[in-house]
Amino acid sequence: MMYLGKVYVSYKPSVFDPQGDVIKTSLHQLNFQGVESVTQGKYFEIKLVATNLTEATANLVKMAEELLINPNTETYQYAIDEIEVL
Amino acid sequence: MKAAVIQFPGSNCDLDMLNALQLFGVEAQIVSHKATSLAGYDAIFLPGGFSFGDYLRCGAIARFSPIMTAVTTAAAAGKLIVGVCNGFQILTEAGLLPGQLMMNETPGFICAEVPITVINQQSQFTNQYQQATITLPVAHGEGRYYADEATIAQLEANHQVIFRYQTNVNGSAEQIAGIVNEKGNVLGMMPHPERAVEAIIGNIDGQDFFRSILN
Repeated sequence: MMYLGKVYVSYKPSVFDPQGDVIKTSLHQLNFQGVESVTQGKYFEIKLVATNLTEATANLVKMAEELLINPNTETYQYAIDEIEVL
Repeated sequence: MKAAVIQFPGSNCDLDMLNALQLFGVEAQIVSHKATSLAGYDAIFLPGGFSFGDYLRCGAIARFSPIMTAVTTAAAAGKLIVGVCNGFQILTEAGLLPGQLMMNETPGFICAEVPITVINQQSQFTNQYQQATITLPVAHGEGRYYADEATIAQLEANHQVIFRYQTNVNGSAEQIAGIVNEKGNVLGMMPHPERAVEAIIGNIDGQDFFRSILN
């Protein structure tokens, strides 16, 4: 089976994200005065083959924790669905 | 002393490091990141640069290079391991040093000579420094040292902080510029001592770093 995993990586709230801060300043300059905070993260789309959803999910979690994030500063969320192979 | 300077794709301070070591009479050689053995080397240097283009996070890809298994083994065996700049980033990603190097507090690349305090003059990397204040070049976009409060407290308590910026150029926690592991044989630092060993280029404050390693 083919699966599509989507992994969203973001900084832990305790970690300062200077890019987010600069983007926030720019948004204020564009008159979006209501912007309270901006955090820039990372988004990955991973297509993978697995025998079932449980195995695909376990693999995706392992990938996220072994490479995609640095647990010192980052956390992640994910979604995974079976996709059709054309 | 026999030393290995690891060359990753994207390393760019490898030859500077090799040159600095050779100036001090060290039998130094470049070793490919694809090599799998570091047998026979007393000290291993991970140089600065942009290994694997700094893709994903600085050092995040390099830590999976074949040589890193041998680096980890050498670290466990008590050999001297030095990571400068990108080398420091690789050592933290590999878990050989705690914490992480993040984007500078004010985004942008810093290239400057900065005053640095040698906090611990007893370490295997600093025991020949007579003076506490030195000047070293820094050149990085992602040099902000970050670790959680418990880790920082532990580093301070164990005297693992070796260098501190006198002015916090990149927003590092506790102005940390260089640390060692608990055993004291693995050092990571953002400043470049290998760029400060020849009077002709205006700074020799890196010389005592190499003298300390040889001591």
